[in-house]
Amino acid sequence: MNYETVIGLEVHVELKTKTKIFCGCRNASGAEPNTHVCPVCLGHPGTLPVLNEEAVDLALRAALALHCHINQDNKFDRKNYFYPDLPKGYQISQYDRPIGEHGYVTIEVGGVEKRIGITRLHLEEDAGKSTHSIDGTHTLVDYNRTGVPLVEIVSEPDIRSPEEARLYLEALRSILLYCRVSDCKMEEGSLRCDANISLRPLGSETFGNKAELKNMNSFRNVERGLEHEVVRQTAVLSSGGTVVQETRRFDEATQTTLSMRSKEEAHDYRYFADPDLVRVHIDDVWMESARAQIPELPQAKMARYRRDYELSAYDAGVLTAEVEVARYFEELIAGGVPAKTASNWVMGDLLAYLNSTHRTMDQSPVSPAQLAALIGEIESNRISLKQGREVFRLMAESGKSAAAIIEERGMVQLSDESALGSILDEVLANNPKSVEDYLGGKEKALAALVGQTMKATKGQANPGIVNKLLLEKLAGKKG
Amino acid sequence: MDITEDTVRQVAKLARLAMTDEEVHAMAPELNDILSYAQQLQKVSLEDVEPTSHSQLLTNALRVDSPKPSLAREEALRNAPDSDEGQIRVPAVLEG
Repeated sequence: MNYETVIGLEVHVELKTKTKIFCGCRNASGAEPNTHVCPVCLGHPGTLPVLNEEAVDLALRAALALHCHINQDNKFDRKNYFYPDLPKGYQISQYDRPIGEHGYVTIEVGGVEKRIGITRLHLEEDAGKSTHSIDGTHTLVDYNRTGVPLVEIVSEPDIRSPEEARLYLEALRSILLYCRVSDCKMEEGSLRCDANISLRPLGSETFGNKAELKNMNSFRNVERGLEHEVVRQTAVLSSGGTVVQETRRFDEATQTTLSMRSKEEAHDYRYFADPDLVRVHIDDVWMESARAQIPELPQAKMARYRRDYELSAYDAGVLTAEVEVARYFEELIAGGVPAKTASNWVMGDLLAYLNSTHRTMDQSPVSPAQLAALIGEIESNRISLKQGREVFRLMAESGKSAAAIIEERGMVQLSDESALGSILDEVLANNPKSVEDYLGGKEKALAALVGQTMKATKGQANPGIVNKLLLEKLAGKKG
Repeated sequence: MDITEDTVRQVAKLARLAMTDEEVHAMAPELNDILSYAQQLQKVSLEDVEPTSHSQLLTNALRVDSPKPSLAREEALRNAPDSDEGQIRVPAVLEG
């Protein structure tokens, strides 16, 4: 029997605020344990949470960017459970009125656009971080992360393959980065993803039993974990078995998923409205100011690049996937660089250099203005493209300007026709065999003469002009 | 609503409270009394009243996103029964 895969994703994203959601402690990862804590986030009795306006603003911006319907009247609820990383004994979240509902993200699968629905986006606080001792005797808890603002984004079960799951995550991440809502660094935990996956006979309308996958620390691992689940659940169903509804952990070492043997009792979170927090009304003015903070989003930008700059879908996709890359590209264009040339430099030497040195675009040692100046030197024939690429490498390593490096290295390209003329006469005189071959019809001999000229000028001659002058001189000899 | 002894046991379990059989036995009627007292509210006609989630009419008690000093770590850890390497040490918890 053929089965259809049904996947829904639950993504948690840490919001990029300066402070936590309900207190003035810093929202910053990497600090010494328990140094960003106070009586409010430690849940001391008698303390009161006060909502951070910026957290609401960022959640609202994210919800709007994901085409959600906005609930303008918001409240917060307590989700009650006991775990050491949750000092209050409850998490403040939004239960029945999330800030955003019924949104979507568009992905492109095999050249066809597809909408993945977003059930809800709500605001909540993060829990602390537990480290379990290797010998299993104790757990250490750091509360720095407790109270960091999060949005939880739940997708509809619209995803039909592990690949679609990855594409959805990439599109979602890209939108959130464009909106400056979060860093979305999965390896640092500022974006986390759980996946629900079930299989059903092709054509069936009802859902099969699902497994919930956890512990995936990269988009690639989300895809791999889901791929493994498809194989595992297909095998269970094909042999007449039933998929156990359970939580499974992705194991990176074996690239498989393992049952977490969770206690099977249903959770009872006893949600109720948090009496410590008053309601939040988002009026139309606030909504419009949040909407105004949304920049041109990746898909719109990609369409514009294809249309206005006549770039291929692939090139436009690479240039718009990350907002910093798009910004760099647009600054080159603003600096007068032709679009195709700008695209070639960004996608070629620049991204290659950044990748090889494990840097992101905002850490580029060569600014767009500096690169535009270098491209100007090439376009005006002062140096060749080949020299330009060498200059780029030197610029990246030294931080010097293109002009300074060209000057220092005496790289100015010989394109002065009279200066080249005498060098060419010498080359022709010294290579009678090649000249004879060429005149005798062996056109390939021209390349040898160009090569000799480049050698004589230590590579600094402009090959285009050399070619042109050689042809003129040889034509003269023919006659 | 009728609070049975099983309900009391379930609530006690969720709240991580250890209760003896005698306590459960005594607690069930007590909770029933409290609930039936509160249940008088169900008789009030609310047809023209908007539902609310809060007793206060106040909205948007918000804070500007600017950092305030946190506690010194030794201060933060002072109430913890045990700590290790600047972290709070608790008995092993393993999900599943």
